[in-house]
Amino acid sequence: MITGNIITDFCLLILFLPLLAFSINIFFGKRLPRQGDWVSVGAVLITLILSLSLLMNMFMNWDANFSHEAQFSWIDLGAFKIELGFWVDNITIVMLAVVALISSMTHIFSLEYMKGDIRYSRYYAYLGLFTFSMNGIVLANNLISLYIFWELVGVSSYLLIAHWYEKHSAAAAGKKAFLTNRVGDIGFFIGIMIMFTAIESFNFQDVFAGVSQGLIGGSLLTLAGVGLFMGAVGKSSQFPLHIWLPDAMEGPTPVSALMHAATMVAAGVYLTVRLFPLFTPEALTIIAYVGGFTALFAATIAITQNDIKKVLAYSTVSQLGYMILAVGVGNYVAALFHLLTHAMFKACLFYGSGSVIHAMHHSLHELHDHDTDPQDMRNMGGFQSKMPITHWTMVISTLAISGVPLFSGFLSKDAILAGTLAFAEHYPQHFLLPVFGFGAAAITAFYMFRLIFMTFHGEAKMPKVFTGIHESPKVMTFPLVLLATLSFFLFYTLPFFNPFSDHGWFTELVKASDSVVPGSLSAAEIYEGVHHAHYPAMALSLLVASLGIGLSYLMYLKKKLSAEDWAGKMGFLYKWSLNKYYFDENYNRFLYQPLLKLSRAVAYLDWDLYDKYFINGFGRVTKLLSTITGRIDYDGLDQILVDGVGRSAEGLGRKLKHVQTGRLQNYMLFALVGVIIILVFQTI
Amino acid sequence: MNHLLSWIIWLPIIGMVAIALIPRDKTELIKQVAAAVSGIQLAVVLYLWRTFDAANGTFQFLERAEWIPSFNITYILGVDGLSLPMVILMALIGFLGVFVSWNINRAVKGYFSLFLLLNTGVMGVFLALDFFLFYIFWEVMLLPMYFLIGMWGGPQREYAAIKFFLYTLFGSVLILIAILALYFTCGKTFDMLVLMETAPTALNGMLWWGMSAIKVIWVLLFIGFAIKVPVFPFHTWLPLAHVEAPTAISVILAGILLKLGIYGILRINYTMLPDGVFWFAGALAVLGLINVIWGAMCALAQTDLKKLVAYSSVNHMGYALLGMAAVIAASGMHGDNLISAQAGINGAVFQMFNHGTISAMLFILVGVIYDRAHHRDIDGFGGLASQMPIYTGFVAVAFFAGLGLPMFSGFVSEAMILIGAFPVFKAIVVISTLGILLNAAYFLWAFQRIFFGPANEKYNDLPEINNRELFTLIPLAVITVILGVYPRPFLDLVAATMNVLIDQVVSLGGLASVM
Repeated sequence: MITGNIITDFCLLILFLPLLAFSINIFFGKRLPRQGDWVSVGAVLITLILSLSLLMNMFMNWDANFSHEAQFSWIDLGAFKIELGFWVDNITIVMLAVVALISSMTHIFSLEYMKGDIRYSRYYAYLGLFTFSMNGIVLANNLISLYIFWELVGVSSYLLIAHWYEKHSAAAAGKKAFLTNRVGDIGFFIGIMIMFTAIESFNFQDVFAGVSQGLIGGSLLTLAGVGLFMGAVGKSSQFPLHIWLPDAMEGPTPVSALMHAATMVAAGVYLTVRLFPLFTPEALTIIAYVGGFTALFAATIAITQNDIKKVLAYSTVSQLGYMILAVGVGNYVAALFHLLTHAMFKACLFYGSGSVIHAMHHSLHELHDHDTDPQDMRNMGGFQSKMPITHWTMVISTLAISGVPLFSGFLSKDAILAGTLAFAEHYPQHFLLPVFGFGAAAITAFYMFRLIFMTFHGEAKMPKVFTGIHESPKVMTFPLVLLATLSFFLFYTLPFFNPFSDHGWFTELVKASDSVVPGSLSAAEIYEGVHHAHYPAMALSLLVASLGIGLSYLMYLKKKLSAEDWAGKMGFLYKWSLNKYYFDENYNRFLYQPLLKLSRAVAYLDWDLYDKYFINGFGRVTKLLSTITGRIDYDGLDQILVDGVGRSAEGLGRKLKHVQTGRLQNYMLFALVGVIIILVFQTI
Repeated sequence: MNHLLSWIIWLPIIGMVAIALIPRDKTELIKQVAAAVSGIQLAVVLYLWRTFDAANGTFQFLERAEWIPSFNITYILGVDGLSLPMVILMALIGFLGVFVSWNINRAVKGYFSLFLLLNTGVMGVFLALDFFLFYIFWEVMLLPMYFLIGMWGGPQREYAAIKFFLYTLFGSVLILIAILALYFTCGKTFDMLVLMETAPTALNGMLWWGMSAIKVIWVLLFIGFAIKVPVFPFHTWLPLAHVEAPTAISVILAGILLKLGIYGILRINYTMLPDGVFWFAGALAVLGLINVIWGAMCALAQTDLKKLVAYSSVNHMGYALLGMAAVIAASGMHGDNLISAQAGINGAVFQMFNHGTISAMLFILVGVIYDRAHHRDIDGFGGLASQMPIYTGFVAVAFFAGLGLPMFSGFVSEAMILIGAFPVFKAIVVISTLGILLNAAYFLWAFQRIFFGPANEKYNDLPEINNRELFTLIPLAVITVILGVYPRPFLDLVAATMNVLIDQVVSLGGLASVM
């Protein structure tokens, strides 16, 4: 049994081992054998063992109310104090296990995928930095720690997206990710400031206690909640800050699996789950609509994309929207459940796409073809025979994401949809939320099978390339098989075996806590509603999933329906979807370009107008005055009136003339003038 | 060693004399002497730091000697939690600055003599507790700076030097008038310790030409110090001076000289004119906001890397102003919010120190690339990351520290300032959080243009950063990271002094004489 301080020690190791690996590899990686990959892989495997032992410990304890906190004084000025530390409960433990597992798989997968990369050791170092930061978010017990690691996750994302920085697109994508996230972080930080001003603590438990005591409430609390949620909008790539995630696919594919599918982008969901008790009903409504809209909106983009990773990227945005939607309707256990199942099947899908791209890349390389896009699904087809393991694992995870019974996604998606249905029953004016949810479910099933059919089925579009396609080596297929296995329902319902109910260890051990905002629905009431909506939701979700899959089957496998015809019929809708609703273009036109123009105008005003004319104007005026003084003095006074006497006056005039030169004499004169002014002033 | 502070101030002068005795062609020896003297000074300062009692918020290591008794002018030195960090920073940057200047090869003797004189001037300002002495050091510091920019600077060095000089001289005159005004109204003494006690009450209700004397003196001092900070709209000397100054002088300018302004406001305005603090706090916060946004916008538009870094100083010092303004939170009319006052003012002092280390790194790094490529055009590089990986790593560290990334010290101070100022200046702080985004934008955009993209073949042979340069950068980077991870060593040093200062402002200020 692991208790007390030992838990703290475990967490310290889990947190800092990847950081140690980062430090070793960033400084010495290149000089180590195998460029130090074993350091990183070793460190992350140890954290996996530690995380899994915490997980086992959780099962052995079987205590839904378990929690452990440890902290130290980071800043202490007397009145102003900041303490940083860990908050460990069952949610933390599950999250630690997810991060450690996916991170380990990514480390292993990359051994082959990144082999021979020019910055191999750097790559592994950054993976360590990311794992450290992500675990920091998971372990945080206060808003400041959360913000610190939040930003560090952002920077590791930046570094990894821009890993192949020789490509302009990769460099730009890294910057875009960081800056878009920072837009959200502004809101996040304002939220932190509002909370701290009211409650005078950053600690989660103190904050919750403060809210329930009424130290903050009403619209201010809503504002704080929305601010904090903005952080999640950025990190979890929600509308309207979703633009960075698809571009982030410029990073190596294992990174996409780890950060931009399974863990980092889920941090926003984790934030809303952690802070759930303080969101007011109004804030939650905003959260629900942002999430629901994103779920549907991103799904409609995914339909038309041809880049295999872009499809998955929009799919991720859409699935994250689901989770946010679940938090918004108060069913945050379902959000966390979906986070868990999604991490497994989405990572599997990304590794699968990585395996396909890897194969394409090698085949193209042998053909000396550098023009064909190895990620374009229109160049694939029929890979099923060549890459059976990749194919089957991807099919399994596609079944999971589409919400087909026996698979994990069915359970978690169903829980979310039941939540929205229950919410709409309670508040009929929010009928759109389930529409978003079920609509997105249908579209998801459609475009995911489209991906499978276009990649693995039908005839090969490029026969020459096709001949060179091979299944990937074991270090790459192992993570695929493991994660596909973890996409079956059983791992989430144990000790029960009912594939149609999410009842299991997760629902037993991760219990929703009540909102601390007065007047909110209690967790029990929410759960009651969800329970009632369970069967209608299941029936509906099965229906929409089969619709999506069926349509996809007819269109892309049987070719009974022509995708081109349908695209033509859709007219501008198809074009909008293909062009991602022109968000990038419009942001560029209405935000970035005006900002740059404004900055240039400001700089021009500062340097070329204000300084050159106004400030230098003082110099010119002084110079003119001193010339005039000199003239009057010399030509007038000296030459005409006191000729011969005023030699010293001439000298003074000359010196005044040179006031601009900053000679010592002038400067002494200025000081003298100062004294005289004071003396004169003293006599008044 | 009861003359510890005098040693710190006068050691560089000893070095100057020693250099004067060395023949001008023995340049290596001159540099070694300068390094040795600065090194000894740094050691003495570190000893001072170890023996300083941080729990005691009052002046320590006081020295007092008769000087010009007929005018009540005394030689008084002392150090507290406000000046000690600045003295440490000066000693460190002064020492590293010698190595940054190592490739100066024109008039070496003059350069290092002036360099050491500058050190004395700055140390004197931080340690003097007699106004007359303070003013003398203030002026002593100006002269070497003028020559260092004007003689060893870039193509427009003369214009830049004269502009710097006239601008700051204008400020000095205002400060001198204020000092004399205080002298004549508060019992004809230059003793700052006495003035801190008498001035807050002596000026109460005094009117000059219908204006409150407190307001008049406050404004005179403020403009004088604001030019140094530099506070918008007195900032335009800065980009020019930075761009034209040789690297080491830019480092000293950004690292230390800008701090003198805020130090002066905290040391003099805050303690002697606490009423004025309440009157002016709103304006201070607004000016801070303008600095943050204006500096960031200007930086975003730059194509010269050094100018970008210079404007980033305008931006960063804005935060310090905002934090200082938060001190009024602790007063009764703002709900006795000591938490905010402490966060804001300690954050401001911390920000000064952090800007010292971070901007020093930035300017050293700009110097490194300028020495090699002979230009600083951001768009003129591209793909440098492949050619100079270690250099790129250090620039990444400095840029990320500059954009306020957590785990670097700048984040801690900026967060403290924003959190501290928020309860008093809600709208201003909310707008200034835009700086979070703009800072990241100009640094990352510049980083992308210089280091990312396909390698520019023109720079294939650019030599990697050398050991001497690394030696100057590593201590700064290490300090930035250590204080970012665990800020207590710094904050514990200043907290007690800041509590005394907050108490001084709150208990003696806001008495409604200027309201």
